[in-house]
Amino acid sequence: MSHRSSVPLAWRRFEARYRLVGNRCLTCGTIYFPPKAICPKCRRKGKLEKYQLKGEGKIHTYTIIHAAPSGFEKRVPYCIAIIELDEGPKVLGEVVGDLTLLDIGARVRAVFRKIYEDGEDGIIHYGLKWELV
Amino acid sequence: MKTDGKSGIVGYGCYVPMYRIKVEEIASVWGEDPERIKKGLLVEEKAVAGDDEDTATIAVEAAKNALKRACINPDDIGAIYVGSESHPYVVKPTATIVGEALGVGNSYTAADLEFACKAGTAGIQMCLGLVSSGMIDYGLAIGADTAQGAPGDALEYTAASGGAAFVIGRKNVLAKIIATASYSSDTPDFWRRPMQHYPRHAARFTGEPAYFRHIGGAVKLLLEETNLSISDFDKVVFHMPNGKFPLRMAKMLGIEKEKLADGFVVSKVGNTYSGSSLLGLCATLDKAKPKELILLASFGSGAGSDAFAIEVTDLIEEKRDLAPTFERYLNRKIYISYAKYAKMRGKLKD
Ligand SMILES: [Zn+2]
Repeated sequence: MSHRSSVPLAWRRFEARYRLVGNRCLTCGTIYFPPKAICPKCRRKGKLEKYQLKGEGKIHTYTIIHAAPSGFEKRVPYCIAIIELDEGPKVLGEVVGDLTLLDIGARVRAVFRKIYEDGEDGIIHYGLKWELV
Repeated sequence: MKTDGKSGIVGYGCYVPMYRIKVEEIASVWGEDPERIKKGLLVEEKAVAGDDEDTATIAVEAAKNALKRACINPDDIGAIYVGSESHPYVVKPTATIVGEALGVGNSYTAADLEFACKAGTAGIQMCLGLVSSGMIDYGLAIGADTAQGAPGDALEYTAASGGAAFVIGRKNVLAKIIATASYSSDTPDFWRRPMQHYPRHAARFTGEPAYFRHIGGAVKLLLEETNLSISDFDKVVFHMPNGKFPLRMAKMLGIEKEKLADGFVVSKVGNTYSGSSLLGLCATLDKAKPKELILLASFGSGAGSDAFAIEVTDLIEEKRDLAPTFERYLNRKIYISYAKYAKMRGKLKD
């Protein structure tokens, strides 16, 4: 089964998806990932600049997927978690590596992986997953 | 080939996927004697990429480690070359995926290289040319593969996944590349045609006229060019299609086998094709001391060999611990069954 998606849309998100570039409000210091268009705390007083996150954090909560959406069927079983990054933001992502170490609070680091393929002839989507350390 | 004598390796990094399959596990599927195979190949287990890993992801992880040791900004890189025989796309470069994932910006030249198992060392030579001529400050050369052998083929015991990356530059080198020499000829020892999943090889033809002739030829040219003798080298790394070939090559050239030990990655990782000799170089640099002289010779079927004389500098001591060593990746492992291996590497068809 293919999972047709917009190539231009994926391309515009490379910076966030490949490299974990978020943003930071210079007024209140809050770090956002994914990057926000305006700082919700400061509104018009806020000033956002690009911010490179380190790619380390811990598992806030997780679940094991046995019935996968189309395009991911061959990956089951796999683990999806909310990762709390060391800088504060929480992100949703797949946890990989030695899943016997899986636990709330377990440390993870960002690794570059294939997310899914758009069928046999479409583009390959890459991005970050979270490896248990 | 003349170099400026100053340029060399500013940063190096490797990546080995965490999955391993043992020779016993593969042999049990095909009813073969694992002890005979292990003795014949000097390989015990091999590294297998997960189903969400490919040459691009391996290249990116290795390059991130190389950048950590190089201590430069990603946008200082002016060239990216990725050598592989398993690029994820036939048309669309792996090198630009690496550039984007590292945040190199847009002001860089890039290309994917293909020369069986020696495309990575060809990339190092290209970067060396651009760097020593002053055209760019830093170049990134990567050798990475997710090699596959057809089910039941002898290659299945060795064809493995992994890669290594090198930042080449003129300043702050942890190892100088004193000289490089190549020996190439049209020799059809191993090939893969378009649309074919698995390579074919001319069995016994892969030894004498291919591997030994080309590495031997490149090393001889390197010695002539540098006026070095083979005994001047402290450590030696040859391409490792199995464990037997590099040891026999060493014997033929009069090199003590102990000099191969640090970079002898094949027994626990297998043959990572474009990554093979370069992973060996990473493992050797992980343990190298300042002033040591390293001989590196790759081999690519089809056929050719690139040889390098590399002199380690004092900077190795402070840069070594800035990224994970080869041994860290070697010890991070999960053993898998043949069934899991077949599922992960796409050997099961719909
Ligand atoms: Zn704010």
